Amino acid sequence: MEKQNRLAVLLGPPGLYLLILFLLPLGIMAVFSFRAGTIGDARFIYTLDNYREFLTKTSFHRLLLISARIALTIASLSVILAYPLAYYLTFRAGSRRVILLTMLIVPTWTSYLLRIFAWKLILGSTGLLNTFLLWIGAIEQANPILLYSRNAVVITLLYVWVPFVALPIFAALERIDPSLLEAAADLGSRPWETFLRITLPLSLPGVMAGFFFALIPTLGEYVTPLLVGGGQGAMYGNLIQDQFVRALNWPMGSVMSLAMLVLAIPLLFLFTKAGGSDLVEF
Amino acid sequence: MRRKSGFSFGLFYFLVVAFILFLPILLLVVFSFNDSTKLVFPLKGFTTQHYADLVGNREMVEAVRTSVLLGLGSSFLATALGTMGAIALSRFKFPGKGFFTAVSALPLVIPYVILGVSLLIMFNQVGIKLSAWTAGLAHVVISIPYALLIISSRLAGFPDNLEEAAMDLGATYWGALLRVTIPISFPALVAAFLICFTISFDEFAISSFLVGTQPTLPVYLYSQLRFPTRLPLVVSLSSILMVATMIIMLLAEWLRRLGDTTR
Repeated sequence: MEKQNRLAVLLGPPGLYLLILFLLPLGIMAVFSFRAGTIGDARFIYTLDNYREFLTKTSFHRLLLISARIALTIASLSVILAYPLAYYLTFRAGSRRVILLTMLIVPTWTSYLLRIFAWKLILGSTGLLNTFLLWIGAIEQANPILLYSRNAVVITLLYVWVPFVALPIFAALERIDPSLLEAAADLGSRPWETFLRITLPLSLPGVMAGFFFALIPTLGEYVTPLLVGGGQGAMYGNLIQDQFVRALNWPMGSVMSLAMLVLAIPLLFLFTKAGGSDLVEF
Repeated sequence: MRRKSGFSFGLFYFLVVAFILFLPILLLVVFSFNDSTKLVFPLKGFTTQHYADLVGNREMVEAVRTSVLLGLGSSFLATALGTMGAIALSRFKFPGKGFFTAVSALPLVIPYVILGVSLLIMFNQVGIKLSAWTAGLAHVVISIPYALLIISSRLAGFPDNLEEAAMDLGATYWGALLRVTIPISFPALVAAFLICFTISFDEFAISSFLVGTQPTLPVYLYSQLRFPTRLPLVVSLSSILMVATMIIMLLAEWLRRLGDTTR
Protein backbone atom coordinates (compact mmCIF):
# COMPACT_ATOMS: atom_id res chain seq x y z
CA MET A 1 0.00 0.00 0.00
CA GLU A 2 2.77 2.34 1.02
CA LYS A 3 4.62 1.31 -2.10
CA GLN A 4 1.60 2.18 -4.22
CA ASN A 5 1.47 5.66 -2.72
CA ARG A 6 5.12 6.19 -3.52
CA LEU A 7 4.57 5.05 -7.08
CA ALA A 8 1.55 7.34 -7.42
CA VAL A 9 3.55 10.36 -6.25
CA LEU A 10 6.42 9.55 -8.64
CA LEU A 11 4.37 8.58 -11.66
CA GLY A 12 1.54 11.09 -11.19
CA PRO A 13 3.23 14.33 -12.28
CA PRO A 14 4.95 13.06 -15.46
CA GLY A 15 1.93 10.92 -16.31
CA LEU A 16 -0.52 13.80 -15.90
CA TYR A 17 1.74 16.19 -17.78
CA LEU A 18 1.95 13.91 -20.81
CA LEU A 19 -1.77 13.16 -20.57
CA ILE A 20 -2.78 16.84 -20.53
CA LEU A 21 -0.21 18.32 -22.89
CA PHE A 22 0.41 15.43 -25.27
CA LEU A 23 -2.52 13.00 -25.48
CA LEU A 24 -5.38 15.40 -24.67
CA PRO A 25 -4.49 17.88 -27.46
CA LEU A 26 -4.53 15.01 -29.97
CA GLY A 27 -8.00 14.06 -28.71
CA ILE A 28 -9.24 17.65 -28.91
CA MET A 29 -7.87 17.87 -32.45
CA ALA A 30 -9.82 14.74 -33.36
CA VAL A 31 -13.07 16.34 -32.09
CA PHE A 32 -12.18 19.61 -33.77
CA SER A 33 -11.84 17.90 -37.13
CA PHE A 34 -15.63 17.42 -37.25
CA ARG A 35 -16.43 21.12 -36.86
CA ALA A 36 -18.13 22.98 -39.67
CA GLY A 37 -16.13 26.13 -38.96
CA THR A 38 -14.37 28.17 -36.32
CA ILE A 39 -16.49 31.34 -36.23
CA GLY A 40 -20.17 32.08 -35.58
CA ASP A 41 -22.71 29.28 -35.35
CA ALA A 42 -20.55 26.99 -37.44
CA ARG A 43 -18.50 26.39 -34.29
CA PHE A 44 -21.32 24.33 -32.81
CA ILE A 45 -22.14 22.31 -35.87
CA TYR A 46 -20.45 18.95 -36.24
CA THR A 47 -20.25 17.48 -39.68
CA LEU A 48 -18.45 14.97 -41.86
CA ASP A 49 -17.96 17.57 -44.61
CA ASN A 50 -14.26 18.10 -43.81
CA TYR A 51 -13.63 14.41 -44.23
CA ARG A 52 -15.62 14.30 -47.49
CA GLU A 53 -13.65 17.23 -48.80
CA PHE A 54 -10.37 15.62 -47.76
CA LEU A 55 -11.31 12.36 -49.48
CA THR A 56 -12.17 14.11 -52.74
CA LYS A 57 -9.07 16.32 -52.89
CA THR A 58 -6.63 14.20 -54.85
CA SER A 59 -3.98 16.89 -54.59
CA PHE A 60 -3.84 16.24 -50.82
CA HIS A 61 -3.48 12.49 -51.30
CA ARG A 62 -0.80 12.97 -53.89
CA LEU A 63 1.27 15.20 -51.61
CA LEU A 64 0.80 12.80 -48.69
CA LEU A 65 2.04 9.95 -50.87
CA ILE A 66 4.94 12.01 -52.16
CA SER A 67 5.88 12.93 -48.58
CA ALA A 68 5.67 9.29 -47.54
CA ARG A 69 7.94 8.39 -50.46
CA ILE A 70 10.42 11.13 -49.56
CA ALA A 71 10.42 9.97 -45.93
CA LEU A 72 11.00 6.35 -47.01
CA THR A 73 13.79 7.43 -49.36
CA ILE A 74 15.48 9.48 -46.67
CA ALA A 75 15.16 6.80 -43.98
CA SER A 76 16.50 4.09 -46.33
CA LEU A 77 19.35 6.17 -47.74
CA SER A 78 20.26 7.34 -44.24
CA VAL A 79 20.57 3.73 -43.10
CA ILE A 80 22.65 2.82 -46.17
CA LEU A 81 24.97 5.81 -45.70
CA ALA A 82 25.14 5.49 -41.92
CA TYR A 83 25.75 1.75 -41.64
CA PRO A 84 29.35 1.83 -42.93
CA LEU A 85 30.08 4.72 -40.55
CA ALA A 86 28.81 2.74 -37.57
CA TYR A 87 30.55 -0.42 -38.77
CA TYR A 88 33.85 1.36 -39.21
CA LEU A 89 33.55 2.96 -35.76
CA THR A 90 32.80 -0.34 -34.05
CA PHE A 91 35.19 -2.74 -35.73
CA ARG A 92 37.90 -0.81 -37.54
CA ALA A 93 38.44 2.55 -35.88
CA GLY A 94 40.57 1.18 -33.05
CA SER A 95 42.16 3.97 -31.08
CA ARG A 96 40.56 6.61 -33.31
CA ARG A 97 37.08 5.67 -32.16
CA VAL A 98 36.42 8.44 -29.65
CA ILE A 99 37.67 11.25 -31.86
CA LEU A 100 35.77 9.95 -34.90
CA LEU A 101 32.56 9.51 -32.92
CA THR A 102 32.92 13.07 -31.66
CA MET A 103 33.38 14.30 -35.24
CA LEU A 104 30.11 12.65 -36.15
CA ILE A 105 28.12 14.08 -33.25
CA VAL A 106 29.46 17.61 -32.83
CA PRO A 107 27.84 19.03 -36.02
CA THR A 108 24.42 17.83 -34.83
CA TRP A 109 24.75 20.03 -31.77
CA THR A 110 24.45 23.20 -33.79
CA SER A 111 21.19 24.91 -34.62
CA TYR A 112 18.95 22.79 -36.82
CA LEU A 113 17.42 25.84 -38.50
CA LEU A 114 20.81 27.31 -39.38
CA ARG A 115 22.33 24.07 -40.58
CA ILE A 116 19.46 23.79 -43.02
CA PHE A 117 19.74 27.43 -43.97
CA ALA A 118 23.46 26.92 -44.65
CA TRP A 119 22.54 24.50 -47.44
CA LYS A 120 21.10 27.46 -49.31
CA LEU A 121 24.61 28.86 -49.34
CA ILE A 122 25.84 25.61 -50.86
CA LEU A 123 23.10 24.83 -53.36
CA GLY A 124 22.15 28.37 -54.48
CA SER A 125 23.15 29.90 -57.80
CA THR A 126 25.98 31.88 -56.18
CA GLY A 127 26.59 29.11 -53.70
CA LEU A 128 29.59 26.98 -52.95
CA LEU A 129 28.68 24.16 -55.33
CA ASN A 130 28.16 26.44 -58.33
CA THR A 131 31.26 28.46 -57.55
CA PHE A 132 33.27 25.27 -57.29
CA LEU A 133 31.87 23.79 -60.50
CA LEU A 134 32.53 27.06 -62.35
CA TRP A 135 36.04 27.17 -60.99
CA ILE A 136 36.91 23.65 -62.13
CA GLY A 137 35.17 24.38 -65.42
CA ALA A 138 32.52 21.69 -65.14
CA ILE A 139 29.79 24.21 -65.97
CA GLU A 140 29.82 27.31 -68.13
CA GLN A 141 27.51 29.57 -66.17
CA ALA A 142 26.03 29.56 -62.68
CA ASN A 143 22.57 28.13 -62.26
CA PRO A 144 20.64 27.07 -59.19
CA ILE A 145 21.01 23.41 -60.11
CA LEU A 146 19.47 22.05 -56.99
CA LEU A 147 18.03 24.76 -54.79
CA TYR A 148 14.24 25.03 -54.53
CA SER A 149 13.46 21.52 -55.58
CA ARG A 150 12.55 18.20 -54.03
CA ASN A 151 16.15 17.08 -54.50
CA ALA A 152 17.34 19.96 -52.34
CA VAL A 153 14.94 18.80 -49.61
CA VAL A 154 16.18 15.22 -49.86
CA ILE A 155 19.87 16.21 -49.78
CA THR A 156 19.38 18.53 -46.82
CA LEU A 157 17.32 16.03 -44.83
CA LEU A 158 19.87 13.30 -45.50
CA TYR A 159 22.47 15.64 -44.12
CA VAL A 160 20.33 16.10 -41.00
CA TRP A 161 19.57 12.41 -40.43
CA VAL A 162 22.71 10.42 -41.27
CA PRO A 163 24.50 11.08 -37.94
CA PHE A 164 21.33 10.44 -35.93
CA VAL A 165 20.74 7.15 -37.74
CA ALA A 166 24.37 6.08 -37.31
CA LEU A 167 24.16 6.27 -33.51
CA PRO A 168 21.58 3.53 -32.83
CA ILE A 169 23.30 1.28 -35.40
CA PHE A 170 26.60 1.92 -33.64
CA ALA A 171 24.98 1.13 -30.27
CA ALA A 172 23.61 -2.16 -31.64
CA LEU A 173 26.91 -3.18 -33.26
CA GLU A 174 28.74 -2.45 -30.02
CA ARG A 175 26.49 -4.89 -28.16
CA ILE A 176 27.57 -7.79 -30.37
CA ASP A 177 29.69 -10.25 -28.43
CA PRO A 178 33.09 -10.38 -30.26
CA SER A 179 33.43 -14.07 -29.39
CA LEU A 180 30.57 -14.81 -31.81
CA LEU A 181 32.58 -13.30 -34.66
CA GLU A 182 35.72 -15.16 -33.58
CA ALA A 183 33.80 -18.41 -33.36
CA ALA A 184 32.47 -17.86 -36.89
CA ALA A 185 35.99 -17.22 -38.17
CA ASP A 186 37.33 -20.31 -36.36
CA LEU A 187 34.64 -22.41 -37.97
CA GLY A 188 35.82 -21.27 -41.39
CA SER A 189 33.33 -18.54 -42.14
CA ARG A 190 34.48 -15.93 -44.61
CA PRO A 191 34.29 -12.26 -43.59
CA TRP A 192 31.28 -11.64 -45.87
CA GLU A 193 29.47 -14.71 -44.57
CA THR A 194 30.12 -13.63 -40.98
CA PHE A 195 28.77 -10.20 -41.79
CA LEU A 196 25.62 -11.46 -43.50
CA ARG A 197 24.84 -14.24 -41.05
CA ILE A 198 25.91 -12.75 -37.71
CA THR A 199 26.75 -9.05 -37.70
CA LEU A 200 23.90 -7.81 -39.89
CA PRO A 201 21.10 -9.79 -38.20
CA LEU A 202 22.33 -8.81 -34.73
CA SER A 203 22.49 -5.14 -35.70
CA LEU A 204 18.95 -5.11 -37.10
CA PRO A 205 17.37 -3.63 -33.94
CA GLY A 206 19.67 -0.63 -34.31
CA VAL A 207 18.92 -0.39 -38.02
CA MET A 208 15.19 -0.46 -37.33
CA ALA A 209 15.45 2.13 -34.55
CA GLY A 210 17.44 4.45 -36.81
CA PHE A 211 15.12 3.86 -39.76
CA PHE A 212 11.95 4.75 -37.87
CA PHE A 213 13.70 7.54 -35.97
CA ALA A 214 14.28 9.26 -39.32
CA LEU A 215 11.13 8.07 -41.10
CA ILE A 216 8.36 9.29 -38.79
CA PRO A 217 9.45 12.90 -38.18
CA THR A 218 10.33 13.32 -41.86
CA LEU A 219 6.77 12.39 -42.81
CA GLY A 220 5.58 15.64 -41.22
CA GLU A 221 8.61 17.78 -42.01
CA TYR A 222 7.77 21.35 -43.02
CA VAL A 223 10.75 23.50 -42.03
CA THR A 224 13.28 22.12 -44.52
CA PRO A 225 10.90 22.46 -47.49
CA LEU A 226 10.19 26.06 -46.40
CA LEU A 227 13.88 26.91 -46.44
CA VAL A 228 15.33 24.99 -49.39
CA GLY A 229 12.34 23.43 -51.14
CA GLY A 230 10.53 26.44 -52.59
CA GLY A 231 7.20 25.86 -54.35
CA GLN A 232 8.47 22.73 -56.08
CA GLY A 233 9.68 21.02 -52.95
CA ALA A 234 6.66 21.47 -50.66
CA MET A 235 5.71 18.51 -48.51
CA TYR A 236 2.49 17.45 -46.77
CA GLY A 237 3.60 19.20 -43.56
CA ASN A 238 3.58 22.51 -45.44
CA LEU A 239 -0.01 21.86 -46.47
CA ILE A 240 -0.99 21.39 -42.82
CA GLN A 241 0.95 24.47 -41.75
CA ASP A 242 -0.84 26.47 -44.46
CA GLN A 243 -4.26 25.50 -43.09
CA PHE A 244 -3.32 26.90 -39.69
CA VAL A 245 -1.21 29.90 -40.63
CA ARG A 246 -2.49 31.15 -43.97
CA ALA A 247 -5.80 29.55 -44.96
CA LEU A 248 -7.01 29.58 -41.35
CA ASN A 249 -9.08 26.47 -41.94
CA TRP A 250 -8.27 24.74 -38.69
CA PRO A 251 -10.86 21.92 -38.94
CA MET A 252 -9.48 20.96 -42.37
CA GLY A 253 -5.95 21.17 -40.98
CA SER A 254 -7.04 18.84 -38.18
CA VAL A 255 -8.39 16.29 -40.66
CA MET A 256 -5.11 16.46 -42.57
CA SER A 257 -3.06 16.05 -39.39
CA LEU A 258 -5.16 13.07 -38.35
CA ALA A 259 -4.71 11.49 -41.78
CA MET A 260 -0.96 11.71 -41.32
CA LEU A 261 -1.22 10.40 -37.76
CA VAL A 262 -3.20 7.39 -38.99
CA LEU A 263 -0.41 6.70 -41.46
CA ALA A 264 2.19 7.16 -38.71
CA ILE A 265 0.55 5.08 -35.94
CA PRO A 266 1.60 1.67 -37.30
CA LEU A 267 5.12 3.08 -37.71
CA LEU A 268 5.08 4.47 -34.16
CA PHE A 269 4.00 1.05 -32.96
CA LEU A 270 6.87 -0.60 -34.84
CA PHE A 271 9.28 1.97 -33.44
CA THR A 272 8.37 1.18 -29.83
CA LYS A 273 8.26 -2.56 -30.60
CA ALA A 274 11.79 -2.39 -32.03
CA GLY A 275 12.80 -1.06 -28.61
CA GLY A 276 13.62 2.09 -30.53
CA SER A 277 13.74 4.42 -27.57
CA ASP A 278 16.41 2.28 -25.86
CA LEU A 279 18.76 2.59 -28.76
CA VAL A 280 18.28 6.22 -29.63
CA GLU A 281 21.21 8.19 -28.33
CA PHE A 282 22.36 11.61 -29.30
CA MET B 1 38.72 -9.27 -34.95
CA ARG B 2 41.06 -7.65 -37.39
CA ARG B 3 41.74 -4.04 -36.53
CA LYS B 4 43.42 -1.97 -39.18
CA SER B 5 45.22 1.11 -38.01
CA GLY B 6 46.44 2.44 -41.34
CA PHE B 7 44.52 4.35 -43.97
CA SER B 8 41.63 2.47 -45.49
CA PHE B 9 38.56 2.96 -47.61
CA GLY B 10 36.45 2.91 -44.45
CA LEU B 11 38.39 5.78 -42.92
CA PHE B 12 38.27 7.70 -46.18
CA TYR B 13 34.48 7.35 -46.34
CA PHE B 14 34.17 8.38 -42.71
CA LEU B 15 36.27 11.50 -43.22
CA VAL B 16 34.35 12.51 -46.35
CA VAL B 17 31.05 12.27 -44.45
CA ALA B 18 32.51 14.18 -41.50
CA PHE B 19 33.74 16.88 -43.88
CA ILE B 20 30.26 17.24 -45.38
CA LEU B 21 28.76 17.38 -41.89
CA PHE B 22 31.04 20.26 -40.92
CA LEU B 23 30.92 22.09 -44.26
CA PRO B 24 27.68 24.10 -43.82
CA ILE B 25 28.72 25.12 -40.33
CA LEU B 26 32.15 26.27 -41.47
CA LEU B 27 30.51 28.16 -44.30
CA LEU B 28 28.34 30.12 -41.87
CA VAL B 29 31.37 31.01 -39.77
CA VAL B 30 33.35 32.06 -42.85
CA PHE B 31 30.53 34.34 -44.05
CA SER B 32 30.16 35.85 -40.59
CA PHE B 33 33.64 37.38 -41.02
CA ASN B 34 33.15 38.31 -44.68
CA ASP B 35 33.17 42.03 -45.39
CA SER B 36 29.99 42.14 -47.44
CA THR B 37 26.25 42.26 -46.84
CA LYS B 38 25.68 39.46 -49.34
CA LEU B 39 26.27 35.82 -48.59
CA VAL B 40 27.85 35.03 -51.96
CA PHE B 41 31.22 34.00 -53.32
CA PRO B 42 33.83 35.25 -53.90
CA LEU B 43 34.67 36.44 -50.38
CA LYS B 44 35.44 40.15 -50.03
CA GLY B 45 37.60 40.61 -46.96
CA PHE B 46 37.82 40.15 -43.23
CA THR B 47 35.62 42.08 -40.80
CA THR B 48 34.19 41.77 -37.32
CA GLN B 49 31.60 44.47 -38.04
CA HIS B 50 28.70 41.99 -38.18
CA TYR B 51 29.48 40.93 -34.64
CA ALA B 52 29.63 44.55 -33.47
CA ASP B 53 26.21 45.17 -35.06
CA LEU B 54 24.67 42.39 -33.01
CA VAL B 55 24.99 44.19 -29.71
CA GLY B 56 22.78 47.11 -30.70
CA ASN B 57 19.94 44.94 -31.97
CA ARG B 58 17.15 45.26 -29.37
CA GLU B 59 14.74 42.74 -30.87
CA MET B 60 17.41 40.12 -31.09
CA VAL B 61 18.67 40.64 -27.57
CA GLU B 62 15.06 40.33 -26.40
CA ALA B 63 14.63 37.07 -28.37
CA VAL B 64 17.82 35.67 -26.84
CA ARG B 65 16.51 36.57 -23.37
CA THR B 66 13.16 34.89 -24.07
CA SER B 67 14.86 31.74 -25.31
CA VAL B 68 17.25 31.53 -22.37
CA LEU B 69 14.45 31.95 -19.80
CA LEU B 70 12.26 29.50 -21.67
CA GLY B 71 15.09 26.99 -21.94
CA LEU B 72 15.86 27.22 -18.22
CA GLY B 73 12.21 26.88 -17.20
CA SER B 74 11.25 24.08 -19.56
CA SER B 75 14.39 22.03 -18.95
CA PHE B 76 14.02 22.37 -15.18
CA LEU B 77 10.47 21.05 -15.40
CA ALA B 78 11.40 18.33 -17.90
CA THR B 79 14.32 17.17 -15.73
CA ALA B 80 12.11 17.07 -12.61
CA LEU B 81 9.36 15.12 -14.39
CA GLY B 82 11.92 12.91 -16.12
CA THR B 83 13.58 12.08 -12.79
CA MET B 84 10.24 11.07 -11.26
CA GLY B 85 9.36 8.97 -14.28
CA ALA B 86 12.80 7.37 -14.38
CA ILE B 87 12.65 6.38 -10.69
CA ALA B 88 9.14 4.98 -11.18
CA LEU B 89 10.20 2.98 -14.25
CA SER B 90 13.45 1.60 -12.90
CA ARG B 91 12.41 0.91 -9.29
CA PHE B 92 8.78 -0.22 -9.52
CA LYS B 93 6.73 -2.83 -11.31
CA PHE B 94 3.22 -1.74 -12.16
CA PRO B 95 0.41 -2.49 -14.62
CA GLY B 96 0.55 -0.21 -17.65
CA LYS B 97 4.32 0.19 -17.40
CA GLY B 98 4.75 -0.68 -21.07
CA PHE B 99 2.09 1.85 -22.03
CA PHE B 100 3.72 4.61 -19.97
CA THR B 101 7.13 3.82 -21.50
CA ALA B 102 5.68 3.92 -25.01
CA VAL B 103 3.75 7.17 -24.50
CA SER B 104 6.74 8.91 -22.93
CA ALA B 105 8.95 7.85 -25.87
CA LEU B 106 6.50 8.95 -28.59
CA PRO B 107 7.39 12.68 -28.48
CA LEU B 108 10.84 11.58 -29.76
CA VAL B 109 9.43 10.71 -33.15
CA ILE B 110 5.96 12.22 -33.55
CA PRO B 111 5.99 14.78 -36.38
CA TYR B 112 6.36 18.14 -34.69
CA VAL B 113 3.80 19.78 -36.94
CA ILE B 114 1.12 17.55 -35.38
CA LEU B 115 2.25 18.36 -31.84
CA GLY B 116 2.33 22.07 -32.66
CA VAL B 117 -1.10 22.35 -34.25
CA SER B 118 -2.85 20.11 -31.69
CA LEU B 119 -1.53 22.29 -28.84
CA LEU B 120 -2.48 25.40 -30.81
CA ILE B 121 -6.07 24.13 -31.05
CA MET B 122 -6.19 23.20 -27.36
CA PHE B 123 -4.79 26.52 -26.08
CA ASN B 124 -7.17 28.34 -28.38
CA GLN B 125 -10.20 26.35 -27.17
CA VAL B 126 -9.35 26.64 -23.50
CA GLY B 127 -8.70 30.35 -23.96
CA ILE B 128 -5.02 30.39 -23.00
CA LYS B 129 -3.26 33.29 -24.71
CA LEU B 130 -0.27 32.27 -26.82
CA SER B 131 3.11 33.38 -25.51
CA ALA B 132 6.64 32.12 -25.16
CA TRP B 133 5.36 30.13 -22.18
CA THR B 134 2.85 28.13 -24.21
CA ALA B 135 5.77 27.16 -26.45
CA GLY B 136 7.70 26.27 -23.28
CA LEU B 137 4.97 23.85 -22.19
CA ALA B 138 5.43 22.05 -25.52
CA HIS B 139 9.21 22.02 -25.10
CA VAL B 140 8.75 20.10 -21.86
CA VAL B 141 6.77 17.41 -23.75
CA ILE B 142 9.55 16.85 -26.30
CA SER B 143 12.29 17.04 -23.64
CA ILE B 144 10.80 14.46 -21.24
CA PRO B 145 11.88 11.41 -23.29
CA TYR B 146 15.50 12.61 -23.36
CA ALA B 147 15.56 13.33 -19.61
CA LEU B 148 13.91 9.98 -18.94
CA LEU B 149 16.43 8.05 -21.05
CA ILE B 150 19.52 9.73 -19.58
CA ILE B 151 18.40 9.44 -15.97
CA SER B 152 17.07 5.87 -16.36
CA SER B 153 20.40 4.67 -17.71
CA ARG B 154 22.14 6.21 -14.69
CA LEU B 155 19.66 4.64 -12.25
CA ALA B 156 20.22 1.26 -13.89
CA GLY B 157 23.91 1.68 -13.02
CA PHE B 158 23.49 1.22 -9.28
CA PRO B 159 21.24 -1.13 -7.30
CA ASP B 160 18.20 0.02 -5.34
CA ASN B 161 19.48 -1.61 -2.17
CA LEU B 162 21.40 1.62 -1.50
CA GLU B 163 18.01 3.21 -0.90
CA GLU B 164 16.98 0.25 1.27
CA ALA B 165 20.18 0.58 3.29
CA ALA B 166 19.43 4.27 3.92
CA MET B 167 15.91 3.32 5.02
CA ASP B 168 17.26 0.62 7.36
CA LEU B 169 19.35 3.33 8.94
CA GLY B 170 16.25 5.35 9.67
CA ALA B 171 15.68 7.48 6.57
CA THR B 172 12.18 7.79 5.19
CA TYR B 173 11.68 6.71 1.56
CA TRP B 174 11.68 10.32 0.35
CA GLY B 175 14.65 11.11 2.55
CA ALA B 176 16.54 8.20 0.97
CA LEU B 177 15.69 9.47 -2.54
CA LEU B 178 16.79 13.01 -1.71
CA ARG B 179 19.96 12.08 0.13
CA VAL B 180 21.10 8.96 -1.72
CA THR B 181 19.47 8.47 -5.12
CA ILE B 182 19.46 12.09 -6.29
CA PRO B 183 23.07 12.83 -5.28
CA ILE B 184 24.34 9.65 -6.95
CA SER B 185 22.49 10.45 -10.17
CA PHE B 186 23.34 14.15 -10.02
CA PRO B 187 25.73 14.18 -13.03
CA ALA B 188 22.98 12.56 -15.09
CA LEU B 189 20.45 15.13 -13.86
CA VAL B 190 22.72 17.98 -14.92
CA ALA B 191 23.42 16.29 -18.27
CA ALA B 192 19.67 15.84 -18.80
CA PHE B 193 19.08 19.49 -17.89
CA LEU B 194 21.69 20.71 -20.36
CA ILE B 195 20.42 18.52 -23.18
CA CYS B 196 16.82 19.60 -22.55
CA PHE B 197 18.03 23.20 -22.56
CA THR B 198 19.61 22.86 -26.00
CA ILE B 199 16.49 21.10 -27.30
CA SER B 200 14.32 23.99 -26.15
CA PHE B 201 16.82 26.62 -27.23
CA ASP B 202 16.98 25.17 -30.75
CA GLU B 203 13.31 24.27 -31.23
CA PHE B 204 11.55 25.97 -34.13
CA ALA B 205 8.91 23.70 -35.69
CA ILE B 206 6.60 23.67 -32.65
CA SER B 207 7.42 27.14 -31.35
CA SER B 208 6.47 28.77 -34.63
CA PHE B 209 2.83 27.80 -33.95
CA LEU B 210 2.78 28.65 -30.27
CA VAL B 211 4.88 31.71 -29.42
CA GLY B 212 2.23 34.31 -30.27
CA THR B 213 3.92 37.72 -30.32
CA GLN B 214 6.92 36.71 -28.19
CA PRO B 215 9.41 35.21 -30.62
CA THR B 216 12.00 32.81 -29.29
CA LEU B 217 15.41 33.06 -30.89
CA PRO B 218 14.86 30.43 -33.63
CA VAL B 219 11.50 32.02 -34.50
CA TYR B 220 13.15 35.44 -34.63
CA LEU B 221 16.01 34.10 -36.77
CA TYR B 222 13.54 32.53 -39.17
CA SER B 223 11.69 35.84 -39.53
CA GLN B 224 15.00 37.52 -40.40
CA LEU B 225 15.99 34.96 -43.01
CA ARG B 226 13.67 36.55 -45.58
CA PHE B 227 15.40 39.93 -45.42
CA PRO B 228 18.65 39.62 -47.38
CA THR B 229 20.18 42.66 -45.64
CA ARG B 230 19.72 41.01 -42.26
CA LEU B 231 21.56 37.85 -43.21
CA PRO B 232 25.08 38.84 -42.07
CA LEU B 233 23.60 39.55 -38.65
CA VAL B 234 21.91 36.15 -38.56
CA VAL B 235 25.08 34.43 -39.67
CA SER B 236 27.28 36.07 -37.03
CA LEU B 237 24.73 35.40 -34.31
CA SER B 238 24.46 31.79 -35.41
CA SER B 239 28.23 31.39 -35.22
CA ILE B 240 28.19 32.54 -31.61
CA LEU B 241 25.28 30.23 -30.84
CA MET B 242 26.98 27.26 -32.41
CA VAL B 243 30.06 27.74 -30.29
CA ALA B 244 27.90 28.22 -27.16
CA THR B 245 25.83 25.09 -27.89
CA MET B 246 28.96 23.04 -28.52
CA ILE B 247 30.38 24.09 -25.15
CA ILE B 248 27.13 23.23 -23.35
CA MET B 249 26.88 19.85 -25.08
CA LEU B 250 30.51 18.95 -24.43
CA LEU B 251 29.85 19.70 -20.77
CA ALA B 252 26.71 17.55 -20.81
CA GLU B 253 28.52 14.70 -22.54
CA TRP B 254 31.39 14.90 -20.04
CA LEU B 255 28.93 14.77 -17.11
CA ARG B 256 27.09 11.84 -18.64
CA ARG B 257 30.33 9.91 -19.04
CA LEU B 258 31.38 10.88 -15.52
CA GLY B 259 28.19 9.27 -14.27
CA ASP B 260 28.78 6.15 -16.33
CA THR B 261 32.33 5.39 -15.21
CA THR B 262 31.53 5.39 -11.49
CA ARG B 263 29.46 2.27 -12.02
